Amino acid sequence: MTQLSVPPAGGARTERDAPPPGPPVRAHGPHRRPTGPHRAATPANRAVRLVCLVLASVVFLYPFFWLVSASLKPTQDVFDNALVPHVWQFGNYAEIWRAVPLLNWIGNSVMVTLAAAVTVTVSSALVAFGFAYFRFPGRNVLFALVIGTMMLPSVVTMVPQYLIWNWLHLASSQVPLWAPNLFGSAFYIFLLRQFFLGLPRELFEAARVDGASYWTLFWRIAAPLCRPALIVTFIFEVQASWTDLVRPLIYLRDPKLYTVPRGLKAVLDQFGDGGEMRWEIVCAASVVVTVPMIVAFFVCQRYFTEGIATTGNKG
Amino acid sequence: MTTTQHARLGDSTRRRSAKVPGRWRRHETWAAYGFISPWIVGFLVFTAGPMIASFVLSFTDYDGIGASHSVGLDNYRHLFQDPAVAKSLANTLLFTVMRVPLSMALALLLAMLLLRVGRASGFFRTLFYLPVMTPSVAVGILFLLLFNGNVGLINHVLGLFGVQGPAWTTDSLWIKPGLVLTSLWSVGSTVIIYLAALKNVPKDLYEAAELDGVGRWNSFRHVTFPQISGTLFFTLIVNTIASLQTFTEAYTAFFGSSNSQTYSNDAALFYVVYLFQQAFQYMHMGYASALAWLLFLVVLLITVIQAKVSKRFVYYEGDQR
Repeated sequence: MTQLSVPPAGGARTERDAPPPGPPVRAHGPHRRPTGPHRAATPANRAVRLVCLVLASVVFLYPFFWLVSASLKPTQDVFDNALVPHVWQFGNYAEIWRAVPLLNWIGNSVMVTLAAAVTVTVSSALVAFGFAYFRFPGRNVLFALVIGTMMLPSVVTMVPQYLIWNWLHLASSQVPLWAPNLFGSAFYIFLLRQFFLGLPRELFEAARVDGASYWTLFWRIAAPLCRPALIVTFIFEVQASWTDLVRPLIYLRDPKLYTVPRGLKAVLDQFGDGGEMRWEIVCAASVVVTVPMIVAFFVCQRYFTEGIATTGNKG
Repeated sequence: MTTTQHARLGDSTRRRSAKVPGRWRRHETWAAYGFISPWIVGFLVFTAGPMIASFVLSFTDYDGIGASHSVGLDNYRHLFQDPAVAKSLANTLLFTVMRVPLSMALALLLAMLLLRVGRASGFFRTLFYLPVMTPSVAVGILFLLLFNGNVGLINHVLGLFGVQGPAWTTDSLWIKPGLVLTSLWSVGSTVIIYLAALKNVPKDLYEAAELDGVGRWNSFRHVTFPQISGTLFFTLIVNTIASLQTFTEAYTAFFGSSNSQTYSNDAALFYVVYLFQQAFQYMHMGYASALAWLLFLVVLLITVIQAKVSKRFVYYEGDQR
């Protein structure tokens, strides 16, 4: 594994680094045309780019509109591909509510997701601080192990983990969906360590001289200063946990305990192919599952994009 | 990297020479282990222990309930004779070979389009990321609906151009291309990563290239590409590992309850789907463990090959990291 390095907090560049909007650079003859991506585009060039982006956006967004539209149609119209339903059948949403314990599933998902995100953020931050601040025997070996577990396919440990929860008589509960997060997660440990490494050492030494404990260094100095990174961790895990199907498939037997993705799969099995062939119900359920994530994204999109940009810059 | 005179938290300079013994250092070591203890416990209980257990299980016929019996190498021998293993492995590799280059090329194209449109960049970046937020189960459902051969939107659009679209969801030849196209929908996070990498390319390199009269394509080939090759390599590895573990979309669309099982198709039998069935539907825990180790070896092998090959073209600035 090569040494990975990520720019420290705030290292991810944002819009500010883009060339300022304004008059394009004049081209002086064929060889004076600036080339690289930083050159300001000519108006024609820019227009072509925008048209391409708008077309791409339509492709990216159309499935959402299609889904919402289909969820409001009567059974026989679902596939008519009209974006505006001929008959608005809002009752589909009421029906899904009656047919399955949707509210129950949403409640389960909220609980599991919050538990997963809170535990993984706190535990990963603790571990990341340990690796960032202290120098101790075995540090490099242990951190290499952290990185190594990121590469490990999750299926290798899937069966024994099930057997552990079975042995603890928790295999049919929601506990296995979030409890492993109490012990941190390699990816977030790596991410948070990069942010902690970006903090000035003097800050901590001054606090040490004043008699601060290591816990104070972490809780009063490091954690508040790295709040954006903690938020990134939190919302990444919210997304991962909210959308996970694998673990609910393995662990949840009782439909009352289902999380929404597991419930949506059950809805598909009941109302989709091989079932009642009532796709508008499946679509309505899909909308209900998707909307919370979209709303969450719009609320915290800055953190999402900066977090992703940072994690991807592992050159 | 930084040239500030402030020592960063990670700097090992200053009085912290490793040779200095003493009470405060031992104190610090204990504190350090205290902070990382959650991970150590988790590693032992949820990673290292299960890995050993999985390895041991792979030589047994454990069914999750009764006693386990050692069966020696039978599970591994069976792996090579099981047609479903060959099928699912081939499906998974084919899917990966199609998906990874396509998604990387598309992401790079979109990122480069976003680069020179000023403020609009943020707006489109947000739109491209939205599908990533969509739960995979919903994506699997959308695949079934939009790619439906008779009434789906995709074939409807193709029909407008006079093209008779294939039966994406039932024709075994077209199921994987359909799933690949569906997966391209969530290319947004790679776009964001590439956009950040492209913005980090030093401007003076382009200015130098420009002074040398280098054209657009050569500027991309000799400046942009080497500068972002590290990021490209990172996404190559991550996307490949993720593709080899494809599960949710295919499972949602083609497997599950006995009802929808009628719709299942060998062409959508991905390796992890088969492993999941063996482990949790047929309760062949021993065999599933052997399957897991085979996947582990495949992932390891592919990662090592990619790392070796990448040495030839990945450029790291200034040093041999």
